[in-house]
Amino acid sequence: MTFRPEHEIYKRRFGRNLGLGLTLAAFVALVFALTVVKVTRGDPMKAYDHVIDPQAAPAEVSE
Amino acid sequence: MSDIRAYETVTGTPYEAGFGDYVQLLKPRVMSLVVFTALVGLLVAPVGLHPVEGFAAILFIAIGAGASGALNMWWDADIDQVMTRTKRRPVPSGRVQAGEALGVGLALSGISVIMLGLATNLLAAGLLAFTIFFYAVIYSMWLKRSTPQNIVIGGAAGAFPPMIGWVCATGSLSVEAFLMFALIFMWTPPHFWALALFMKEDYHAAGVPMLTVTHGRKSTRTHILVYTLLLMPVGIGSALTGIGGPFSLAVALALNLWFVVGAIRIWRRDEGQAEADNYATEKSVFKFSILYLFLHFAAFLAEVALKPFGLGGW
Repeated sequence: MTFRPEHEIYKRRFGRNLGLGLTLAAFVALVFALTVVKVTRGDPMKAYDHVIDPQAAPAEVSE
Repeated sequence: MSDIRAYETVTGTPYEAGFGDYVQLLKPRVMSLVVFTALVGLLVAPVGLHPVEGFAAILFIAIGAGASGALNMWWDADIDQVMTRTKRRPVPSGRVQAGEALGVGLALSGISVIMLGLATNLLAAGLLAFTIFFYAVIYSMWLKRSTPQNIVIGGAAGAFPPMIGWVCATGSLSVEAFLMFALIFMWTPPHFWALALFMKEDYHAAGVPMLTVTHGRKSTRTHILVYTLLLMPVGIGSALTGIGGPFSLAVALALNLWFVVGAIRIWRRDEGQAEADNYATEKSVFKFSILYLFLHFAAFLAEVALKPFGLGGW
């Protein structure tokens, strides 16, 4: 007993799905890489966590 | 029984589009020129981009160009089916439905513009959006079928990529960006008219009012010469700006002189001579015109590459 040979159209559909899958994966990787570049670039940032920094705060506030 | 639901092609053979058919919708050969010129525009700019941002910028400019190609194929499916040069494209050959081409074109247009804006700046994204609109609406839908000046004005769409590449890096426009634009803009008419001279039956059969159809072939030969002469100061002038240098000036002088010589050879011929040698001169000038643009932009790139050695630029 033998299996019926797979129709050529399934191969083409698989190729199309694989191509789309790889394209989407590459897109996700690119957006991630862009995000990393955008976030890490520039001068070092300082977070205050809602606490007044005496050096950065205006004079009257620090008094 | 079968669960296969395939589209019927024009030849009657069942077919369902593969991934490659959708890639063909984006006109990969045109995209390669867009990638090259946009990359040069980006690299010759005085401001550098992070490599990831630069890669993203070129990719989304290329996708935007591909999207406008898909929209063009959706709109022009009827005339593409008539012309020998275009009848094997995915839509006229029946491999991809026209509606799919529209969907792919619109989706990729939106993605490319938004992503270019996020990766670089809003001016670059705006220019890319305008380029897609210009190619799909102004050129494909309006000018192409209504005036013999179609490729003169429509050529602007192909001229934007180096300008967008420059804006991605600098965030603003400058004389160098406009000259790179002008170089492709002025180059497009003689390039396509040389093609139209030896692909004469195509445009005639499709009813596209190319200059060869509306004004005759002698007039087209004269137009090629005039536009090549007008191209010369743009090509040489661009080599005299900040993106040029002695090397690119020498390249520009040689290329423009050779292009003008080719245009004169085309201008001096008549149809009898052209048909006798199967349009050998027209074909050789057309091939040279592709090399002309490639070498012009490669020379700008060479100036940047030579700078670390103290050789490039003025």
